[in-house]
Amino acid sequence: MEWLLAIRYDIDTVGDFLFNPIILRALRKTLYIALLAMVLGVGLGVVLAVMRVSRNPFVSVPAGVYIWFWRATPVILQLLALWFGLRQVIDEDIFRDNWTRFRAAVVTFGLNEAAYMAEIVRGGIQSVESGQMDAAKSLGMTNLQALRRIILPQAFRVIIPPTGNEFIALLKNTSVAFAIGVVELLNAAKIQSARNFKVMELYTVAAFWYLVLVSIFSLGQAELERVMAASERDRPETLLSRALSLMGTGSRRGI
Amino acid sequence: MPETMVHSVDVHKRFGRLEVLRGVSLDVARGEVVVIIGPSGSGKTTFLRCINHLERVDAGRIYVDGELVGYRERNGRLVEDSERAVARKRAAIGMVFQRFNLFPHLSALGNVIEAPIRVKKVRRKEAEETGRERLSKVGLADKLSAYPSQLSGGQQQRVAIARALAMEPKLMLFDEPTSALDPELVGEVLDVMKSLAREGMTMIVVSHEMGFAREVADRIVFMDEGVIVEEGPPEELFLRPSQPRTQAFLSKIL
Repeated sequence: MEWLLAIRYDIDTVGDFLFNPIILRALRKTLYIALLAMVLGVGLGVVLAVMRVSRNPFVSVPAGVYIWFWRATPVILQLLALWFGLRQVIDEDIFRDNWTRFRAAVVTFGLNEAAYMAEIVRGGIQSVESGQMDAAKSLGMTNLQALRRIILPQAFRVIIPPTGNEFIALLKNTSVAFAIGVVELLNAAKIQSARNFKVMELYTVAAFWYLVLVSIFSLGQAELERVMAASERDRPETLLSRALSLMGTGSRRGI
Repeated sequence: MPETMVHSVDVHKRFGRLEVLRGVSLDVARGEVVVIIGPSGSGKTTFLRCINHLERVDAGRIYVDGELVGYRERNGRLVEDSERAVARKRAAIGMVFQRFNLFPHLSALGNVIEAPIRVKKVRRKEAEETGRERLSKVGLADKLSAYPSQLSGGQQQRVAIARALAMEPKLMLFDEPTSALDPELVGEVLDVMKSLAREGMTMIVVSHEMGFAREVADRIVFMDEGVIVEEGPPEELFLRPSQPRTQAFLSKIL
């Protein structure tokens, strides 16, 4: 049992840093990056998905190329390119003053997420029976009207569960932003550990908060899916309006 | 106002190597009820879907109320119309589908008022009012807030008819409207269609309901292998079909 004496792990340091203001500020930053990137990702993802299912190749091919590009290159490369790369290429003060590390991170993760969301939304759109589009068109709706009012609301049932998974993955992936010096949760922990050499203790602090965040959102996701399953049995509109309000789409509630 | 509601000339349509329509010419007068019969795969549904441009035609012309649907004519050639123009013309042509195709996320009333509000820009209150009337007219006054999944097949199809009528179409297309129904529910849907015919609606109905055809149709059209084989008033076509193919088909279903 002598080897136990060789372990130097200071549980008190963990307690000291758990609610340290610097750590909490970084935690907030992690959350902001993930939320803003997700909003960008879902918004752009829906647009890309709609483009992707278009019959017009001038519309569908660019969307396909976008999705291919962002999914086939590593996110850390994208992050470095959009921070260091762009600052080298765009030699303009106005740009440099406004292009912060935080913004570069949000935009990178958002553009990256959009590629994945596009595939999820496309799957949702294609899961809706083709007769729905026929019916909508026969009533004189344009493609966009039919998509917005008829197809997408039904597609959300299929889209929401994997979107929850995407968000949870994104939440953890924001830690990659330390590569461009964003002081998010992991980076803040690293910086602190460089000062007091309590490396494992500060990793523990970071891990604790990731666990808390992911657990909260996982519970939320499970609850949402439970509500969806329940309302699908009785009132589909409840499912839809709840889903929409949770997605923040803010669509006006129908009858 | 032309007396001819639908004027189709030599319509051709192929899916890949399969030629589904091989020159269909059919005129339907204003207020006329035409029932199209024929074996499955004869092209009846495809022809119906060409009329409101849910399918493109490969050759030929279809005019509805004197206008091409889905195309413009330029130097004697057909050019596909803009999406908006197609949508506008479709809005005046109602369609009822075999599988109802109600919007499952909207209530019965929601289904009926959606297109008037979005397409015709009718005010919601107004649309709801006429929507309620239309649903009572098809006997569903007590089902306004029911969702499609809570309705029987016959009720769903009646909502679908009310939904199509809400756009105040000048022509109604019915694609085997009772084929997906349990036998005891067929009557309620046919009753709605009969009263619609009595009101003078121009109707093209793809159906195998011979009782309905005999009672309501002004003309029966028999299609087989992508062409119209024979047409005529019900009593004539049912009792004295002149073509062997018609005789063979009728002997199987009558």
